Amino acid sequence: MPSLKDLRLRIRSVRSTQKITAAMKMVAGAKLRRAQEAAEAARPYADRMDRMLRALAASFGDRPGAPTMLVGTGKAQIHLIVVATADRGLCGSFNASIVRETRNMVRALLAEGKTVKLVTIGRKARDLLRRQFGPMIVASFTEMDRPRLSYAAADRVASQVISMFAAGEFDVCTIIYNRFKSALAQFVTRHQLIPFKADAAPAEAAAQGARAVYEYEPDEEEILAALLPKNLGIQIFRALLENYASEQGARMTAMENATRNAGDMIGKLTMRYNRTRQAQITRELIEIISGAEAV
Amino acid sequence: MADKITFELVSPERLLLSEPVEMVVIPGTEGNFGVLPGHAPFASTVRADLIEIYQDNRVTRRIFVAGGFAEVSPDRVTVLADEAVLVEEIERGAVEARIKALEDDVRDGADEVARAAAQAKLFVEQAKLAAVIRASGA
Repeated sequence: MPSLKDLRLRIRSVRSTQKITAAMKMVAGAKLRRAQEAAEAARPYADRMDRMLRALAASFGDRPGAPTMLVGTGKAQIHLIVVATADRGLCGSFNASIVRETRNMVRALLAEGKTVKLVTIGRKARDLLRRQFGPMIVASFTEMDRPRLSYAAADRVASQVISMFAAGEFDVCTIIYNRFKSALAQFVTRHQLIPFKADAAPAEAAAQGARAVYEYEPDEEEILAALLPKNLGIQIFRALLENYASEQGARMTAMENATRNAGDMIGKLTMRYNRTRQAQITRELIEIISGAEAV
Repeated sequence: MADKITFELVSPERLLLSEPVEMVVIPGTEGNFGVLPGHAPFASTVRADLIEIYQDNRVTRRIFVAGGFAEVSPDRVTVLADEAVLVEEIERGAVEARIKALEDDVRDGADEVARAAAQAKLFVEQAKLAAVIRASGA
């Protein structure tokens, strides 16, 4: 049975934990708003880039000589997986679910006899995957959101991926990140970066491509050669923005739960504290009364 | 001339500008081209130089872009820029200082990749300086 003093100390400690989690929740909330704005602001560029690329890809059709970034190397032997997580924890299952998805994917690929290489973004991906897949990790990036998540940061990752692709170090590249739906719901998503895949239904893409007959200057090959690496950067940037928003959303939810749990705990401890105190008073009274009766 | 064409300037991080303009001159990699309303569908890469926006038959704004892509359709021009800044906001001293620093990097970069990256940035800064000088002279 804990003494009154022990209970008092525990209540105080839980209360200060609650203050911290409540503050973290508010910080995450503010960051989430900003992250959503950033994601919103980045959309026009990505949309237009997508439209241009799709028109170009459609005009290329199945002609030979298309860049390998668009159509692939013709093999699917070596897979590169870009794993995007956060640098910090305390955000529920955010990091764990990405890492779990990565593990599943790596295992499935290995079982098919493929070779797997990993690029990690965020300290958590590196730390959680290092033990199991250490030798597969070819590059790690951390502190992407410092001072703020910028295109330049995504570009660093993209140029690494591009130089590896140019050197023929992999055939297929996939990024795994958390797609943001709301503060409560994020979905782990696999997105194939190389070879490039248009997201929309093919019929729609074909219709758009047929409608927009563009003239190109310089020719299609050159534009495409400039556009594809840029597009890779944009895709990664978009994934990172979504991921960052998801991280803040997950942290906000986790901290809200923690704050509520702390509240429940304080309630229970206070109840026990009061019971114990009353029991002690009653016992003292009984002692006094029975002492008086004995006289 | 009442006809206008929508000009959009977007960077990877946000939509910088979207407004109706009379004409816009874009520095394509194979030469400058002016876009008027009703232009044929056209796509081009953009080099590091000035975009000039015309209203009422004169240039109202000059924007420096560090390269990118342009997409033209009859009612809209979209420029996807890597970096964009109004000419008036470029500080000549800062650009010159950066050119100096980059020249050093090009000379004593750690490896091939770093030197190439510095060289690419140097080109952009040099184009920026040239643009500022031209704009202030005009």
